[in-house]
This record gives sequence, C-alpha cells and structure tokens, in this order.
Amino acid sequence: MYILSAIVILTALGLFLGLSLGIAAKYLRVESDPLIEKVEALMPGSQCGQCGFPGCRPAAEAVVSGSAPVTLCPPGGTSLVEQLAKLLGVDVDLSQAKDAEPMVARVSEDTCTGCTRCFKVCPTDAIVGAAKQIHAVVADACIGCEKCVNVCPTECLQMHPIEVTLRDWRWPKPMAAA
Amino acid sequence: MLALFENPRLRGGIHAEEHKAETSGVPIALDMPLPKKLYIPVQQHVGKPAEPLVKVGEKVLKGQLLAYSQGTISAPVHAPSSGEIADVMDFPAPHPSALPIRTIIIETDGLDQWQPLKAPDDPFALPAEEICALVGAAGVVGLGGAVFPSAVKLDLGRKNKIHTLLINAGECEPYLTCDDRLMQERAGEIVTGIRLMLRGMNAPEATVGIEDNKPEAFIAMREACAEFANINVVQVPTRYPMGWDRQMLRYLTGREIPADGRATDIGVVIHNVATAHAVYRAVCLNQPLITRVVTVSGSAVAKPQNVEVLIGTLMSEVLDFCAADKSRVARLIMGGPMMGDALPISEVPVVKACNGILALSEQDIEIPEVKPCIRCSTCVTACPVGLLPLEMASRIRANQLDAAVDLGLKDCINCGSCSYVCPSNIPLVHYFKFASGELYKRQQMDHKSEQTKRLIDDRNQRMERIRLEQEAEARRVMEARAARAKEQELAKQKAQQAQQAQQSISEADNKAAVEEVR
Amino acid sequence: MSIKPVSGPHVVAVRSVDSIMRKVIIALLPATAWGIFIFGWPALYLCAVTIFAALLFEAFCLKLKGVAAAPYLRDGSAILTGLLVAMTLPPWAPWWIGVVGAAIAIILGKQVYGGLGQNLFNPAMLARVALLISFPIEMTTWVNVKPILLGPGMMESLSITFSGLTDLDGVTGATTLGAVKTGFSLRQTLPGLLHDYSGILAFIGWERGSLGETSTLLILLGGLWLMREGIIQWRIPLSLLLSIALLSSLFHLIDSQHYLGPWVHLNSGAVMLVAFFIATDYVTSPNTPLGQVIFGAGCGALIFIIRSWGGYPEGTGFAILLMNAVTPLIDHYIRPRIYGRYRNGKPIDVS
Repeated sequence: MYILSAIVILTALGLFLGLSLGIAAKYLRVESDPLIEKVEALMPGSQCGQCGFPGCRPAAEAVVSGSAPVTLCPPGGTSLVEQLAKLLGVDVDLSQAKDAEPMVARVSEDTCTGCTRCFKVCPTDAIVGAAKQIHAVVADACIGCEKCVNVCPTECLQMHPIEVTLRDWRWPKPMAAA
Repeated sequence: MLALFENPRLRGGIHAEEHKAETSGVPIALDMPLPKKLYIPVQQHVGKPAEPLVKVGEKVLKGQLLAYSQGTISAPVHAPSSGEIADVMDFPAPHPSALPIRTIIIETDGLDQWQPLKAPDDPFALPAEEICALVGAAGVVGLGGAVFPSAVKLDLGRKNKIHTLLINAGECEPYLTCDDRLMQERAGEIVTGIRLMLRGMNAPEATVGIEDNKPEAFIAMREACAEFANINVVQVPTRYPMGWDRQMLRYLTGREIPADGRATDIGVVIHNVATAHAVYRAVCLNQPLITRVVTVSGSAVAKPQNVEVLIGTLMSEVLDFCAADKSRVARLIMGGPMMGDALPISEVPVVKACNGILALSEQDIEIPEVKPCIRCSTCVTACPVGLLPLEMASRIRANQLDAAVDLGLKDCINCGSCSYVCPSNIPLVHYFKFASGELYKRQQMDHKSEQTKRLIDDRNQRMERIRLEQEAEARRVMEARAARAKEQELAKQKAQQAQQAQQSISEADNKAAVEEVR
Repeated sequence: MSIKPVSGPHVVAVRSVDSIMRKVIIALLPATAWGIFIFGWPALYLCAVTIFAALLFEAFCLKLKGVAAAPYLRDGSAILTGLLVAMTLPPWAPWWIGVVGAAIAIILGKQVYGGLGQNLFNPAMLARVALLISFPIEMTTWVNVKPILLGPGMMESLSITFSGLTDLDGVTGATTLGAVKTGFSLRQTLPGLLHDYSGILAFIGWERGSLGETSTLLILLGGLWLMREGIIQWRIPLSLLLSIALLSSLFHLIDSQHYLGPWVHLNSGAVMLVAFFIATDYVTSPNTPLGQVIFGAGCGALIFIIRSWGGYPEGTGFAILLMNAVTPLIDHYIRPRIYGRYRNGKPIDVS
C-alpha cells in the first residue's frame, strides 16, 4: 500500500518538475549570446586565420559554442588563454603551455620586385613601400599572421624569430620536483 | 594582540654563515696593475643608457666623459684611465645570459693621466643644486647594487623636504666586506660625503645603520662623526636582509614605507655608504665615479681580499690578481651569494653594480635535488615582506600568474630568504623571477594587441576613406558629364532658335523687298 | 648559444626533509620505549609490523606512480607515519590491525592525494578513526599495565600479536576516559568515578592506553625538544592545550559532578601526542601564525566538546580531522600583513 502511494507521488513529482523545466526552457530562454561579443573583443582582431577559422568573429563563435578550445589563438598567447578560460569558466591546464616563439616577416631586398601585393594584404599596414620600389617590414607593427608570405610571388618574404636582447631577456621557468 | 604574531621591528630573515672573516681583516688593495684594455658598458645604471660621444681612435684622459646621460633618469660614464678608444661595440654583459651590451673599449696607454680637475675651494659653500649637479655629472649611482642615479635621488629628497638621510651600511650578504673595509679605512671621507649629501638635500640630520658584526667599522664611523651632532651612528642586529632599506628603516624608526610609495613619502632618503664616499670624491676632488671597491672571495680564490678596481676591468683579470684557481670554480657570482647573479663567463667587465666577485667551489654551493613541498611554512616565517612563498610558487607552477599576483608577488624583493630555508630545496625565488618576467611579457603582448587593433582600425578607416573618395569622384565625374551634356543640349537649342529667328527675319526682309518692287 | 641561467640564492641552509622527519622520530622514541616497557613485547612487535607495513605500502604506491621509490622511503616520512599509527593503537592489538591501519594511512591518507605534501587529512588520525569505527572491539581493548619483564615472554608475545588475543579476561580494562563515559551513561557522577585515579601516575604514564596516550611527561619532553630544535612552533600546542584547559576548568567549576577537571583532561587520552605531534603536522595545519592559533584553539575546543557531549570517550581523532578540513579555509582567509600595506592589502597612508 505504502509502496504504491510512494511510486505514485514520486512519479507525479517528476512529471510536474519536468514539465516546469520544459516550459522554462521555452519561455525564459536567453536570445542572443553577448558572450561572443566579449570573446571577440579579447581577440587580437587581425583576422589572420592561424586558428583555422576565417576571422576572429567565427573563431569567437566557435570558442563560445565549445567546438574550439580556448587555446586556439597563437598570436593571443597564454595571456589570451587565461582570459578566455576565466570568461568562459573553462578549466585549462596551463602548466605545459608555452607561448609560440614570436616571428616577424622580413623582406629579402635582393629578390623584391616591388609588386605591392604584400602591402595590400597586410592587416596592420606594417609594410612600407610603393610600386616598383623595394618594400620593408616595420617589425614593431608586424603580428606574424603570414598573409604577406603567402602572396609574395618571388618568396622574398620570410618569417624570422625575434632576436632576444638584454632588454627583453627573461628568466625561464624552473623545473618542478619529480 | 595581532602584534604578538609579527614582530613589527624585525621580521623574517635568516642567518647564514658569514664567510666575512677571510676578507674583513685585510686592507683594500690599491695595487692592481693597470689592465691593457678597459670595457665600459654604456648602461651601468637604472634608466636610459648613456649615449657615447667619443669616436674610435680618439684619445681620452682619465676621468673624461665618454657617454652622456639621456633623460632625467640616467647617468654618464667616464674613462677610468687614459688611452685611446679602440672600439664602440656589443660586448658580453655581466649578466646570467651573457647577452651583449653596447660597450666602449679603451686601450690604455699606461700613463693613467687625469684630465684637469677643478676641485672647489669650499665644497660646503656650494649651493644645494650645484652639489647635486656635480654628483650627477660625475656619474655617481647607488653602489649598494641598485645603481639608481644618486643625483636624481638627491634632487627628489630636496624637493620633498625630507628630514632624515639614512645611510645604509648593513652589508648583510655573506662574503661581502667592501663597505666594511671602506668604513674602517676611509671613515672621514665618508662622513664628508654624508655632510655633502645633507647639504645637497637641505636635510637636517643623518643616521648611519651598521650591522653589529662590524664592530671596528662602527667604532671608526662613530669617531669620525663625533664632532657632528646631526649624524648618528647606530648598530642594528645582524640578520639578512637587514640591508634591505625598508627593513632597516622599519627597525630604526618603526615606520614603514607604503607599498606603492617611496621613502620620501615618509620624509627619508636612503643611500649606501659607498655612494656617500663616491659623492665626496665627486664634489671635493671633482673625480667622476671610475673605480669601486670589490670583494673577491670564495674558496677557489687563494688570496681573498677587497680590491679597488677600475670600472671596465675584466673580472678574469681581477680573479687572476687574487690568485683564483679557475679549475676549481664551480660558480662565478657577481654580488653576494643570496641575490647575486651567476655569470656563465668571467671575461665580462666590472661595472658600477659589482660589489663582489665570488669564485665558489663545489663544496660552497652544494645544493641537493629538489623535493616536493611539505608545506612546513618555514618560508612564511623567513619572508621579511610577509608573503606566502609556498602558495605563490604553487600558483606559478600551474601558470596561474594572476592568482600569484593576488597573493603579493609584486611586493617580493627576491631576497632569497625563502629559498634558503626551504627543506625541499625548491627554487622559490627563481619561480618569482620567472613570474615577474612572464607578467611583463604579457603586459607587452597586451600592448601589442591593442596597438594591432588600432593599426587594423586605422587601416580599415583608410580603406573606407579611399572607397568613399572613389565613390565621390565617380559621382563627380558623372555629374560633370551630365552637366556638359546638358550644356551641349542647351547650346544646340539656342543655335536652333537663332537659326529660326534668322530665317524669319530674312523672310520678312524678302517680303518687304518684294512689296517695294511692286 | 643558449645558456641555462642559474638563479640565486647560491647557498642554502642545511635543512632537509630527512633531517626533520628524523628529529620527529627521535622525539617520539622515549614515549615509545616507555610504552614497550609497560606493555611488553607485543607492543614492540605491533610497532615493528606497522612501520614495516607502512614502508611496504609506500613503496607499492610509488611504484604505481612510476617514480623512484628510494629517496622517498629514505626521507623517513613513511616510517614516521607508521610509528604514529602504531602509537594510537591498543598495544596488544593483533598484527592485521597494524597492517590495515598502515594501509589506510599511507594509501588513503597520503598517496591518493598526490603523495608527500599533498594530503588534506592527517594520515595517522585518518587511520585511527577508520579503525575505530570499523573494528570497535579490537580498538577499545586496553590491556593492563605490566612491565615487560613481568609480562608474557618474547615467544608468547609473538602468539599474542600474530594470532590474536585468546584469553583477555583479567588482563584488560578501561581507560580513564572510557570508564568515566560508561559511568555517566549509568547515571554515576564524579568524583566517585575517579576513585582510583592518580594524577601523578597519569602524568608519568602508569595507566592503560595506547603507546602515545600513556606518558604525558615523555611526550611533553619530546615536544619541547622539537620546539627547541625549531621543527615545530609554540603556537599550535599552546593554543590547543590552553583551550582544553580553559574550557574544562570553566565547566568543571560550573558542574564538577559531570565534567572532568583540566588535569584529567590534559593527561588522559592522546591530548599531548596530538598537541605536539599530530596537530603540528606541516601539511595539514595552516601556514600563518594567526591561522595556527585558530587551528589549535579549534582542535582543543572540539576535543573537549566531543569528550564531554559526544558518543565516544576520546575525541582527538575526530577533532583533528574536522579541523584539517577547515585548514584550507583558514589559509584562504588568514594571510600575513605585507610590508607597507594594511591587512586588507591596501597600501598604508602616510598623510
């Protein structure tokens, strides 16, 4: 007798709660996701494509929806990973993360033809030069997206790692115990 | 009640084996032979590097200006001996990485000839600003190791109307005895320097703090200051890092400097005792800072002693002078064993910051392997600042730098007390140095991100502008064409009308003519 | 050319995990020796079995982890854990109690959390509490005091430890706390229940209990020696003992028929052992001076509460485990004051 009433009561309770959840999901749903805007604002915005997505907005959408990891953006570095992890509440193990060595493009002057193709695609206007004149890369503005390297017809543009000087030398991470 | 748990006057710190007896009883050696070449880096101070104004091949005299200071926080460098400028090039710096730094190389001519010096008749008659100017022109920087340009500090002290000059004669690092010997041998000159500093800042009094493991220096200084009522010489307990200026200040006055402020905020300026001596030389003798006393010690050195070394001398030559056995050197340190830098090569120059050269052998530096943290919190007891080294290190290990900053990483002074006491030999200070560098790198990356966004925005705006201009141009062209077309139309119409009018007139004429004939 | 930079400091103090563990073990030896003296050979065998089992399980876990076992076995932490577990067991307990205790302490209390330095709860207390709840009979069989030369011989003791106590009538009894608790439940009152209690004997250690519960004097001396050596600090023992003393004095004054006085409390059960050796365990106690005081006071209060009003006569194990759970919270909120800042982290004002 008691067993029967227990089953009936619990079943009714379950049905009622399930129904309420369904109604809430329909009528209290959050329409757009402001998170995507926030994520996009954190990204470098150079639309370089190194993450595999056609630009920073699609990448932001992918990160928010969970189809891409928070470690997807190389130019953003570990600081971006930490910020994204905090914003999205994702647990990420940063103990092995290492920043990719920053590279800048450099024009090899003996093979530059002055065709201006690189100049037109650089998202930060880091290349200076006019038609039929040798071009040069302003290293400070270069973000290493490699778009110029891809369009150069003579392959005179190469990526080089930035040299470490005494000013920007930093201590490496110590080894942990076994 | 909470004070029961933290002694407000003396907090944390360690007591290491001093190793000072080897060098504290021997007078400063003044007879180091003149090196054939001197390597003078253009940056031996905090701030902007000095800019060379000499050219290769130029002949210079001892004390001549080689590079002038740039900007407010900077210091000049001078020729330590007479000779010819051999080169201005990148040379390995006395730094753990041995990366190159711009260096002026002088080939000495052996004459050691001074440039003409203009010593003032009465240094104490000089106005305060001029004393500071002389100190700045002489390239005097903090000789305790921080190498902050002293003239800037003196100016700051004058502007902030400080009431006490604290002379830091702690010298708490093991092995180092250069300040100790300086006080024992040249107390009078040091006191003159202190009085000049007081005048340069218009400050009323000075206090000299000496650790109590230097009784002879204490007596010498006290005698030299006896006739000056406004200079007190006080003994402080020997406990590393007593030489940390904020620790000594708290011990002597009970007051703390705010974490985001400077000593001038509480009316005090702190200078090292060797800097006071350099000020004496700069003002009274008009000699720029071109030498410094260096403690050379360590069990690989057969003749440990203090040496007055010309800036720019290669450390390998100094070690040869003190009969160091190169094969026994397991680690070469510039500075003291707690906060000094381990140098990978010894062919680097002695700079203004170099207060010690330690050639340590295997048994001096035996550091066993690293074990896991057992959370004994001895590091918390040892930290003079009041941080939690074990917690910060565990956050940094997991790359959670923001959490480490939250625990006070930015207040760490890298004194090494925590690493010293750790029973598991965890390299705590290394973690903190790594984290600080990493934070700086991230800050740079953030700036770069912002700059990139700005550049991209600018470019997009430029493209937009170009597009708009092109559209406007296209519109203008069309309008112009339309206008011209209209004009042509009008002209045509007018021509037609004119023609018609002409026709009707000539018709009328013809009619009139026909009428007349009838 | 990439040079691997070496960071200072380039000298270190001569302190190591090994030396710390060794000193703690040395501090425990007098009390252990006394316990073997008054309870006989079975106590010695039990100690040996427990310590050996602790080392075995530690080696096993390290093997599973894939790390070299030798340095960790050599540093003495497993031996110390084993010894502490043995000191909380009844001296004539069968060998398998020791082995299970060592297994719980090493595997569940230490290695599962990540090994040395990572555990949340004190391994010895975890083992004791788990054994107490699982094997109440064996864990509450307290044998009478009988000096080693008068008790069973070496061979007979082997059979006691390794094949279980056969005939226990006449050789066991209750501890002071046990007797008092049982008496209260029978509506008896103090001071009648303590009619054959001797404060002096309790202090020296001539009473029933486990190895670590008997000699208050020797544990106290060991603890003071550790303090002098700088291994432990005075805050936790002092706050723990003081809080028990104050609470028990207060309640004894209010109602001396139902509350034991401070001397009885401080000399009975494992209070001294816990104050100097268990609560001061580095890994499970707070890192800051103020935090340690709070921890010690909390332990003392809980010990008194569980003893006076709880179901068990002895409350130290539970009290320690409860305060261990609170330690991360204490560490999170209690931080030392940084130079140049107020307690809340803001830089000080010098206007």
